[in-house]
Amino acid sequence: MPLQSTARKTRWQLVAYLCAALVLMPLLVLLISWQDIDQQIWGHLLQTQMLRLISNTLWLIAGVAAGVILLGVSLAWLTSLCDFPGRRWLDWALMLPFAVPAYVLAFVMVGLLDFAGPLQSLLRDWFGNDFRLPPIRSTGGVILTLVLVFYPYVYMLARSAFLAQGRGLMEASRILGQTPWQGFWRVAIPMARPAISAGTALAIMETLADFGAVSVFNYDTFTTAIYKTWYGFFSLQSATQLASLLLLFVFLALFAERRAQGRNKRFPANDKPRKGALYRLKGPLAWLASGYCLLVLAIAFVIPVGQLLFWLLSSGIADLDSRYWGLIRNTLTLGGIAAALTVSVAILLVLAQRLQPIRRVRSAVALANLGYALPGSVLAVGIMFFFSYLDNHLVVPLQAWLGMANPAPLLLGGLFALLLAYLIRFMAVAYGPLDTSLARIRPSLPEAAQSLGQPGWVVFWRIYVPLLLPGILSAALLVFVDVLKEMPATLLMRPFGWDTLAVRIHALTTEGDWTRASLPALTLVLVGLLPVIVLIRRSGRH
Amino acid sequence: MSFTRNLVALTLAATAFTSVAQAKELVVYSSRQDHLIKPVFDMYTEKTGVEINFITDREAPLMARLRAEGANTPADMFMTVDAGNLWQAEEQGLFRAVDSATIKENIPAHLRSSNDMWTGLSLRARTIAYSTERVNPEELSTYEALADDSWKGRVCLRTSKKVYNQSLVATMLESIGEEKTTEVIQGWLANLATPVFSDDTALLKAIDAGQCDVGIVNSYYFGRLHKAEPDVKVKLFWPNQEDRGVHVNISGAGVTKHAKQPEEAIKLLEWMTTEEAQRVFADVNMEFPANASLEPSAEVATWGDFKADNVNIEVAGRRQPEAIMLMDRLGWN
Repeated sequence: MPLQSTARKTRWQLVAYLCAALVLMPLLVLLISWQDIDQQIWGHLLQTQMLRLISNTLWLIAGVAAGVILLGVSLAWLTSLCDFPGRRWLDWALMLPFAVPAYVLAFVMVGLLDFAGPLQSLLRDWFGNDFRLPPIRSTGGVILTLVLVFYPYVYMLARSAFLAQGRGLMEASRILGQTPWQGFWRVAIPMARPAISAGTALAIMETLADFGAVSVFNYDTFTTAIYKTWYGFFSLQSATQLASLLLLFVFLALFAERRAQGRNKRFPANDKPRKGALYRLKGPLAWLASGYCLLVLAIAFVIPVGQLLFWLLSSGIADLDSRYWGLIRNTLTLGGIAAALTVSVAILLVLAQRLQPIRRVRSAVALANLGYALPGSVLAVGIMFFFSYLDNHLVVPLQAWLGMANPAPLLLGGLFALLLAYLIRFMAVAYGPLDTSLARIRPSLPEAAQSLGQPGWVVFWRIYVPLLLPGILSAALLVFVDVLKEMPATLLMRPFGWDTLAVRIHALTTEGDWTRASLPALTLVLVGLLPVIVLIRRSGRH
Repeated sequence: MSFTRNLVALTLAATAFTSVAQAKELVVYSSRQDHLIKPVFDMYTEKTGVEINFITDREAPLMARLRAEGANTPADMFMTVDAGNLWQAEEQGLFRAVDSATIKENIPAHLRSSNDMWTGLSLRARTIAYSTERVNPEELSTYEALADDSWKGRVCLRTSKKVYNQSLVATMLESIGEEKTTEVIQGWLANLATPVFSDDTALLKAIDAGQCDVGIVNSYYFGRLHKAEPDVKVKLFWPNQEDRGVHVNISGAGVTKHAKQPEEAIKLLEWMTTEEAQRVFADVNMEFPANASLEPSAEVATWGDFKADNVNIEVAGRRQPEAIMLMDRLGWN
């Protein structure tokens, strides 16, 4: 590429390395933890826990991956290419479960479906005392719950991919004698594969990092072991060592995914997106499609929200006071700033990858995306150590040197530390949609602009940003909603007075007070609904 | 004259500023939740004008933060639940010794650190809950007896990841030894009616619904459930009355080593052991006051009087790793 100057190359490389360094900073703490090893704890873990933890974790990942692909792809295919009663609103409504935090759905599912819950009690009244449903506190129950909260990642990305494939392609495959079914498998799916695997990767990373939901089920995973080692043995060191192993696993998985994708060619979008459905389902088939979509929506969203509402009404809304406005305001402010910050950095990252597709940059980008798989508390601890080190060795001595009266730490306990935690944690969430969006921009376009003598920043603002806009919006909304739901990092790093709705849910659920937690939980879901609806409706248009 | 006026205004502003900066303000890190501490702190602020800023999280992250902040921590007090956690915080050197006659007079010695690093503020009993429909209280005697075959398929337990169970097992290790404790836990696990629960409230509801007949829970969870659903078919039983007594645990607090205002923090801690504060602190969570001169609330008193295990509660911390490893080995998840 003669158009690229060496200076520009270096600049983009630098951007990628800086982003990677940002993520590496807390990860460094994980590595430092390996200085010495607590043999007693490790011996214990290896002898009594490890095998079960690994097998539990693998089952969970396999189950969640299979589930989110099955639900996400089938629902996306139906709502984006077929027509059936209710399609127009199911199209966006199927995204609503994204507003429900995993830990909230978990406690609703257990509360609703366990032996003592209302459903089984009712069934016992009808069918006698020996009636049992399959136990919800089981591997199947955890997988079901996580699939229901995480399938929207796949749904959203697969749906955009299907919509972007345009009309001509599937029609061509039909003309060539393929049945719709063959067209689905041979044309639509391979083309949507990058989107599907990006969505699945997000779901898996969420699953690996999840602590709140699995602990409601008391399902032991690698992540619960990290927390147990920390909270029980008070060995933060062994806990971070475990966390670094988890991270290594994620890194390898992501690497494999990238390799696999590298072999698949990416297809630029059809210039004329499809208008209207391709397949008009009729008769029983149409009703089957409606029924299927409705069922998923009911189980993942309508019933859980109904249960929360019921708890809220039965426990009374005595807790609702002016403090709630503060909680909502804090939640929204944090979400907004974090979204803007994360998306800005992620744009730089996708561009660096695009403009400097060399191995070192690719590795840096992969590194920068790792934060998502890290359990929130572990990440927060990494950042906390780093900042308190700076505070103790730089900020406070500096204040003293300047002769300030009461030198005090500024970084830790400040908003900046918390925002940085969000940035590191949710980089991958913003990266996905931006990357997909960028892949659809033909390289010829910015190249043409450059050959016309436009400087880099003009190309950036007038070519990339406008064309990336759908991706930017999706990324921002995704990060926004994820920050609303985030709990562990917020708990540890929030400044005084910055309690959020998630913090409030934590306060009540740690006390086992699930019915009272329905108020903040419901509020959180409601606050998240609007951005989710905008997100999905917006991504339908082109 | 305008120069003088400006000067005066400036001085006033400066005074106002410094007086704001010096307004008494304490910082508390707490793993006892917001709604259980705020009423007491609000009382103190009203009484003394001292503002209390607090941040809540789980105990381990808060301890990690205290340690990381070191000498620069803004925290004056660390408050947590479970003696195991208090002991751990003491081990990590997060507290300073507070030699206070008031505290010593108000709180019995076995509920305090032997080095005066922390004090218990409220008591909870981890005891047996039983179904009033399917269990005759005469069948019940001790924690250990729940390991008998007669309880096969009738027992519910909470996860061993919860520190309350870790403390219970740690004190069992201390009083009946490892061999006997192992047998008992094996028996409990063999008698389980359903996989262990992640919280006590769910466990109590399972007894009420008929999934199991007995379980081990903290007293205040029963109090809360009973308050919300008065006709719940579950009652509390006080085990081991013939020998060591019911396992009790505490919530408590200590002044941090690097407190910026240790005198103020000590005053707050002392005040929290007084009857006035103890009343609210214990009652808001249906716990027993740690101050021995105070009766439990009328509601809590209806559960009956009991003999409590007076083993020094520090054992819960010292033997916690041992307890966890034992439970792990035996498959109590």
